[in-house]
Amino acid sequence: MEEKDLMNISKDKFELANRTDMHDQKFDTKAVGYFGDAWNRFKKNKSSVVAAYIILILVLYSIIGPYFCNKNYQNSYAKDNIIMRYQYLLPKLSFMEGTGIWDGTQVLDISQNRYYRLLAAQQETGNQVIVKVIKEYIKDDIFRGQQKMYKVRIDSYANLSSFNVTLTAPQYEQIQKWQDENGLQVILPRTDVAVAGGDNNIWYLCDQKGNPELDAEGNFIPAYFTVGEDDYHSLRLASDPYNSGDRQTYWRYAQKTGSASTGYNYSCRVNAYNYFIYRYGFEPSFIFGTDTNGYDIFSRLATGARFSFILAILVSAVNLTIGAIYGAIEGYYGGATDIIMERISDILSGIPFMVVTVLFQLHLSGKVGTIPSLIYAFVLTGWIGMASRVRMQFYRFKNQEYVLAARTLGASDWSIMFKHIFPNSLGTIITGSVLVIPGVIFEETSLTYLGIINLDSPTMSSVGSMLSNGQSVMSSYPHVMLFPALFIALLEISFNLFGNGLRDAFNPSLRGSEE
Amino acid sequence: MYLFKYILKRIVLMLFTFLVIITMCFIFIKLLPNIPAEQFGKDMALILQRRELLGYNLPIMQQYARFWKYAFQGYFGTSEVLYLGQDVWSVFVQKLPFTVAVNVYSILFSIPLGLVLGIVAALKKNTWIDHLISTSVMIVVSVPSFIYAFLVQYILYFKLGWSSATMNATQGAFSWVGFTSMIPAVLSMSFGTIAGFARYTRAELTEVLTSEFMLLARTKGLTKGQATVRHAMRNAMVPIFPMILGEFISIMSGSLIIEQMFSIPGVGKLYVSSIQATPPDYNFFMLLSGFYTLIGLVAGIVIDISYSIIDPRIRMGAK
Repeated sequence: MEEKDLMNISKDKFELANRTDMHDQKFDTKAVGYFGDAWNRFKKNKSSVVAAYIILILVLYSIIGPYFCNKNYQNSYAKDNIIMRYQYLLPKLSFMEGTGIWDGTQVLDISQNRYYRLLAAQQETGNQVIVKVIKEYIKDDIFRGQQKMYKVRIDSYANLSSFNVTLTAPQYEQIQKWQDENGLQVILPRTDVAVAGGDNNIWYLCDQKGNPELDAEGNFIPAYFTVGEDDYHSLRLASDPYNSGDRQTYWRYAQKTGSASTGYNYSCRVNAYNYFIYRYGFEPSFIFGTDTNGYDIFSRLATGARFSFILAILVSAVNLTIGAIYGAIEGYYGGATDIIMERISDILSGIPFMVVTVLFQLHLSGKVGTIPSLIYAFVLTGWIGMASRVRMQFYRFKNQEYVLAARTLGASDWSIMFKHIFPNSLGTIITGSVLVIPGVIFEETSLTYLGIINLDSPTMSSVGSMLSNGQSVMSSYPHVMLFPALFIALLEISFNLFGNGLRDAFNPSLRGSEE
Repeated sequence: MYLFKYILKRIVLMLFTFLVIITMCFIFIKLLPNIPAEQFGKDMALILQRRELLGYNLPIMQQYARFWKYAFQGYFGTSEVLYLGQDVWSVFVQKLPFTVAVNVYSILFSIPLGLVLGIVAALKKNTWIDHLISTSVMIVVSVPSFIYAFLVQYILYFKLGWSSATMNATQGAFSWVGFTSMIPAVLSMSFGTIAGFARYTRAELTEVLTSEFMLLARTKGLTKGQATVRHAMRNAMVPIFPMILGEFISIMSGSLIIEQMFSIPGVGKLYVSSIQATPPDYNFFMLLSGFYTLIGLVAGIVIDISYSIIDPRIRMGAK
């Protein structure tokens, strides 16, 4: 047999079997990438899309909400105790006026005595306190016998009535000037406390219990302080005898104290509603009402929400980084490295979160502040979930052919881990870090609710402490608690829906499974 | 044999973890400045003398050795702030029944209800009943439990006046008065558990119901009810039963927030007040931190082991 030289076959002996082009047909459509594919699936999940919009609205609210409140009003939180006078105002939307819902009114059962007081306040300030008398009825009281009661709808803003303030001479002048310019009565005549039942809101003749003595026509009989030096030269109440030229019994508008050398002080009774306008430059109207301290709930809740979001996103990002690196090393190297590292994370995950938080607070809050030590506590054990997720993914991918190919081509461990394997687990990681956010917000709310972490100050607030403040006045002013509770409920629901939608989108095989 | 080895290994590892956590906790607590609050009527010299006797001035590692020595005799220190001079362990034992009571009632109420809701949803899959159950479960699972607590308290107490706002603990944890005044707390704790079980049961049962052996059971002539109860339920219970077990172990840990809110004088409330006291009552804090850690660890391994006992196909930790 003739020996063939198989190593050197000349080129012309080869012949192409098929010279026509054998390319696959070009795609008519555009290629869909990994994220594009996920996005397409996500869009189909209606509830997740709605949840995403709700989250967007809540985030926007937390960004712009704090600026929504009047600056003058917000600035006075820290330095002005007048703010306490405006506590528990009910939620009011100006365009809902008169509907009975969300218009700052509330239905109350009141005694006759109280009813007269409201009528008197209404007459004095000119604000409509009693929006509507729903019914009058007789109640049998064990101790007091038959009592006449009124079921009325009361406007909480008009019901602010009046309080005393002490003003310096320039302030006193300024208010009077403002009154003349705007035609709004801020300063009311002083009441004669001795005559009027010991309450400086009662300006009419009454007995010791505050039941008014009415004149023949059923009107209140004024019992203001009369005559005396008050340096008052501005608007007067319509029924002031001054207007009818009676210079003997006209009402006194301020109690003047001090001397010419030290400067005079004027103690005045002011109409709370109009004083508010004078002081802060807008008519009192709060979308979510005001809380125990008189703080605007709308902007305060937004401040708390902003803190929650920033904390959660920060914690999620840090946990993602630590967890991804830790999990990648565990999963990639395996063996003894894996066992030791797993043990460490096992021990860390065994510590109850509360213990971690408290120890961090006790040790560090004096040195680095409350918020950083809270973040440390979240980070200390928070990354474990992410690490185990990444570890699983690495175990899945590390023995695949493309990794072998990369290694053969001389890629370093680091670049195999983060350039070749890591992108494959991106979907799981994104889903995981989104689902961490509601958890962190929930923990933060619980801790601030329990008072273990206290972030409350005039400029700072947290949803949890707003809830615990609201709980103490839940029976009479449910709105103080309602809005923070609603916020947190809405947030948790929509984040969970959104997270589940993301998981289904990135990982269609897991669809419908509950974890 | 395999199982025995596995259990042994898990327990040894658990004890190791527990020891490490306790040691760290102890050292971190002892490193904190522990200055007795000055107060009118308190004799500072006496306090310092007491502390000297209790060994507060020894080096930390000696105190640690002392801690374990006395711990084995059932002594975990003396309260310094909350229950001045009382043994913390005896206070803890007094508080425990309240926490156990509220959790037991809640579990007895919520687990059957959760399972039933889950089963109904799975059997009526893709009907309006299923949608109703699934949607409400989704909402209830997401919303934090203290929101229900507010809601329950507001409706049952303030609006309807059917229950008391807080717990009446005067007659003990398991008395009738205790039970009736605990109802709002039990309800608020139950919502989450019910929803959790319903969701899990539904998911498991739907998966089993669509598997092939169910079809086989039906072809062999079993009615739908028989097949569901005898074949599907048993298989679906495999992952659910450990959950129930875990739920029962964590009876003792309770909920900090619910106890705080309804003034249940349980362990959770004790824990929170020991932290909030000034200065914190470190001996309570130490004991209860150890207690919560142990509960968490034990619940973890009991769940894992019960998986392998119930279903021999599952070999946890197998290579």
